[in-house]
This record gives sequence, C-alpha cells and structure tokens, in this order.
Amino acid sequence: MPDSPGSAGDGVLRAPHVLEYTYTRSLGPVIGGFLTALRDGRILGASASDGRVVVPPTEYDPLTAEAVGDLVEVGPGGVVQTWAWAEHPTPDQPLDRPFAWALITLDGATTGLLHVVDAGSPAAMTSGMRVTAKFRPEAERKGHLLDIECFVPEGGR
Amino acid sequence: MAGARGRRPVAVVSFAQSPQIRREDHRNEVEMLMPVVGEVFSNIGVTKDDMGFICSGSADYLVGAPFSFVTALDAVGVWPPRRESHVEMDGAFALYEAWTMLQAGDADTALVYCFGRSSPGQLDKLLALQLDPYYLTPLWPDPVALAALQAQALIDAGKATEADFAEIAARSRRDALANPAAQVKHDRSADELMKDDYVVAPLRRHALPPITDGAAAIVLAAGDRARDLVERPAWITGIDHRIETHALGARDLTTSSSTRIAAEQAGLGEAPVDVAELHAPFASQELILREALGLGEGVSVNPSGGALAANAMMVAGLIRIGEAANAVRAGRSRRAVAHATSGPCLQQNLVCVLEAP
Amino acid sequence: MTDPVSIMDSPIHLDYQFTAGLAQSRFLKGLTEGRFLGQRCPKCGKVYVPPRGSCPTDGVPTTDEVELGNTGTVTTYCVVNVPFQGQSIEIPYICAQILLDGANLAFMGLIQEVPADQVRMGMRVEAVWLPREQWGPTMASVKYFRPNGEPDADYDTYKEYL
Repeated sequence: MPDSPGSAGDGVLRAPHVLEYTYTRSLGPVIGGFLTALRDGRILGASASDGRVVVPPTEYDPLTAEAVGDLVEVGPGGVVQTWAWAEHPTPDQPLDRPFAWALITLDGATTGLLHVVDAGSPAAMTSGMRVTAKFRPEAERKGHLLDIECFVPEGGR
Repeated sequence: MAGARGRRPVAVVSFAQSPQIRREDHRNEVEMLMPVVGEVFSNIGVTKDDMGFICSGSADYLVGAPFSFVTALDAVGVWPPRRESHVEMDGAFALYEAWTMLQAGDADTALVYCFGRSSPGQLDKLLALQLDPYYLTPLWPDPVALAALQAQALIDAGKATEADFAEIAARSRRDALANPAAQVKHDRSADELMKDDYVVAPLRRHALPPITDGAAAIVLAAGDRARDLVERPAWITGIDHRIETHALGARDLTTSSSTRIAAEQAGLGEAPVDVAELHAPFASQELILREALGLGEGVSVNPSGGALAANAMMVAGLIRIGEAANAVRAGRSRRAVAHATSGPCLQQNLVCVLEAP
Repeated sequence: MTDPVSIMDSPIHLDYQFTAGLAQSRFLKGLTEGRFLGQRCPKCGKVYVPPRGSCPTDGVPTTDEVELGNTGTVTTYCVVNVPFQGQSIEIPYICAQILLDGANLAFMGLIQEVPADQVRMGMRVEAVWLPREQWGPTMASVKYFRPNGEPDADYDTYKEYL
C-alpha cells in the first residue's frame, strides 16, 4: 500500500464506535468492610503488623505483603500530603466545578487516600492543610467511594 | 534462571520506527505497522523466516476491540506457524520477554514490535481503567492529574521547581529537532514555556507529553548470530523490571524505588554511562528517574527528545531502547541506559543497559 | 439497611472513532457500488476478500485490487437453531463460508432460498444484493447467497479452504 498520508476525503471510512459495559465486582471482607462503613458514614483502615494503618485498606500490606489485621476507624479529618488543581473537570470526575485532587492522610492512617477537595480556588490549597470528609446524605449512600462527596477545608471555606 | 545479566549475550541488531504523529486516521494498525516491520528486517537483510520468536506489545483498549493484537500479526506473516507471544504493555516489556526467550536458548533471533494509536479513543479516560477499580477508577483521575500530584510532591519536598520542568521540556524539544521521527520539536526557551497555562497545576502544557500514534520494532539476536548480522551489535549487558504497589497513597511519589532496584539488578552502576534514554512522559518524572538511576551531570539525557517529543502508547518505551541502541551502534555512546515505564506515576519500570562491543 | 456491602458496579463507557484503514475502506466502497473488491499479494499471488492491506502469510502489503464476481462455492456451513436478540431471519438458517470465484479466502454469509437440509459443501451460490438504492459501505448490502443451479464444485477446488 502506498505510504503517503492522503487528505481528508480520500475515501477512508470512519465511524463512531462505543465500548460500553458494567462490571459487577465482588468486594471481599476487606474492601467490603471499607465500603460498608462508608455507607454508614465512617472511614476505616487496615491494621498492619507494625502499627501502620493502610487507607484505603488493601487485603495485604503493601510494604510487607502480610495479610492485614482488623479494620479500624480513621478520619474523618486529615492532612493533605500533596494536591493538584483540576481547572477543567471532565464529566466523569467527582465535581462539576474546578477542584483539587489530593492525597489525604486521614487522622490515624499512615497512607494516603486519593480524593477531591472542594476548595473553591487553588489559593485555598496548600500541602499540609487539614481537610475533612463531606459525606452525602445517608439516603444517597450505597457503599461506594463517592459516598464521600468530597473533602472540604477544615473549618470551612 | 538468567537473572538480570543473562547467560547468553543478546544484542539489539536493528531498530525501526514510524514517523510519530498526532493522528494516523487513514491507515489502520496493521497498515501502520507493515512498513516498520519491513524496515527493521531490510536494515539487516533478514525476513520473518529468520525470526525464532516474535513478541508484540500493544493495548486492545486503545483500539476498542478485544484481541485486536492478533490481527497485527498480518504485518509479519505467520506462515509457517511461529513461536509468538504478546503483552498488553509497552513493547519494551515485550522485548524483555523476547530476551528471556533467547536466554533460555529456545531461539537465536527475535522480532519485537509494538504499536499504539491514541487518537481514536479517549486516552485520558481509558488510562483510568488501569487503576485500582475500587479506590481510584471511580474518581476517574486522568494521567495528567496523577502526574501533577507527583510533581507537586516533588516541589513540596524541595527537589524541583516548575522552572526545572520547563528547562527539561525546552531541552527535549530542542534536541528533537535533530530527530526526523519525533512529533513535537521546537526551539523555545524555558522562560517562554513558563508562560504556558497550567493544564493541571503545577503542570503546564509544556510539561506534558504529546498524544501520539506510532509503531516501532526491534530485532534481537544472540551471540554469534548477532555478530553475523551486524558489525556493531548493541549488547544488552543487563535488563530488569520492577513494579511498585498498586496503592497510590502507599507509595513515595518523589522517588522511584522500582527504577533503582531494576538498575541495580541490571548492573547499571558498575560503570559510567554517557547516554540515557528515559521514558519520562512528564517533565517532572525525568528528575525522579535521574536520581533513581544515579545519573551524573555528564550524561546526555534523551538526545532523541524523549517522550516529551513523542509518546505513542505502548511504543515510547521500546523507542527508548531503540534510540539508545542506535547511539551505541553508531559510536555516539560506549555504554547507554534505556528506561521504560508503565502505570500511573512511574509505577512499573524497566531498565536496560546497552554496551558497544 | 444493615447487610454488609458485597458488590460494586463499575460502569464503563468509552467512545472511539474507528478507522477502517485504506484496504477495508476500498472493500466497503466497492459494496456501495455492488462490487466485491479483493487485493492480491505480490509475493504468493493469493487474492484476499475482504482485504486488510497485508498478506497474512507473507506479511507484505497487498498491492493489486481485484474485482471478484458474484458467484462462489460453499466450502462449509452450519445450521443455526439458536435465536439471538434482534434477529429477523427465520430459524433454522444457514451460515456458510463462501469462496468467491477467484478468491483465496472464504468469508461468512447467509444462505437462503434453499431448505436447510439440502445445503451441502461444494454447493454453487450467487450473491443476492439489496436494491441498488440501498447499497451502503456494509456487507448488509448483500441480502444473502442462494444456489445458482450449477453442478456442485469438485472437492479438490475448495479442499484447501477448509
């Protein structure tokens, strides 16, 4: 075949194509425990053997590969470890207005939870600041990460 | 078995790439790949019948069709049937598999090819599908957002400034002017680039990779076979890859332990390198990789322009190996390191050390 | 609601712009004109329809366009009794591999106008197209294939395509 790029209208056919499906994922006791607690308005982490608390909880300690122990309560407040400002959110992302992505180390946790902070402007964001979880109304919660609608600066905006 | 150093000497003997462009919407993947495979063979006067093993890297999600990678074999012609494998990853990792095949003595030559068209789909969205499905994907973070978190962490740790990112971008795109295959090339200063808007702060447009469609291929050969085929093979003296935890918040994003360990296993530190081709799609990541690889000031980093000049999914990593091999084979480098990455924020990293005969 | 949460839905929706590529576009264009267009490999001489731009045995670009006629041979077939969502064909129906005269690759097609128990390997068939004004860049421009009355093809003429 000739290697030349042709121009539009050279007879090449194009068509829209959609890939759409919904996976139904089983959760198991650890992730299931975390999401059940979110539905109940609480945040849990997994205890590691040396006292670290993994949030969000994984079945195995990411550092030692040991099975984790009990789920313990953490947050709802915590510290922003690092953040980045999303000026142009996409329709799938959690908020429909500019927000901050943030890795948040909740009180009592050792690792960071990725979520969004509804700070209003990048000027209100700084690494090290405290934020707190804003849960959706109980009737809207279903056992999903977005049962936490977003985080907000502690003490209000 | 062979560890990261290998028992058999294996070399890169040929490398070819398509022009790396923003949008290939005339040819499909097979048509895009065919000239590349043709060239990687004709460079050294071999045909598909000379290949003992074929391994490819690509991602069906880029095409939007399952098992689409199988049709790519039409670009090679697999009759009579050949030993063949595939990874849903960058071609660099397909090269690793081919290298292990040669180490096992099951073949003396291997064709590694890879291709990726990002233009047909929603790249930002589909890359979120590689993340933790319970804790990360539901937020639909795009790769720029994740890299921006990493860049901010670097700044917070006092290890970088936004101006550093601009310097890296300016240097890379200027160097790309000498690379006919590169996509983004210009001679703009870092000061000028700092006027770009943020895409996701602290990353401005210049710190991001382009969206690229492209293909590439490499031929590996072992021992005497390599010496028969070319005068100056680029010998792989060490190759290794490591992966970090899937849990983003459990990683130190300002360092790359997986790169450091892979480099140690590959014996990188045993002697100086003069050229480093690093697969750093975001300018901020080059700093992390330089530190993890222990690269000093005298090393020429990404003379090809790197992933900031062209970043075809599933291809840019193999191109780093190909460009480093070309430098060694052309006498521009005595000892080079090539790096490839996969996953968010440098989660998985491959290090390959190449030496002149 | 006190039951533990045990399931999570992960909805996925991805939009793509699919490109047929150069070779397939030629084939689909041919269908808008009521023609079957294949491509020949310059090395082995085989004609592929539908063409994909490369010869799967030699790995080289297929360079010459070849127009094939409307007649061919059923190399193999199956009788389908399973209904599927949205079908408009009566069950049972015949799904066959059809080797057009001059082609070296069989493609799938629907067989009609013959009772299911009378279809056989080697049966000679012809394409029945939709009315000209309904031709489009799709194999749906061909309604189906039907027996054309010729004596069955010799087994030797299609045994390599099984």
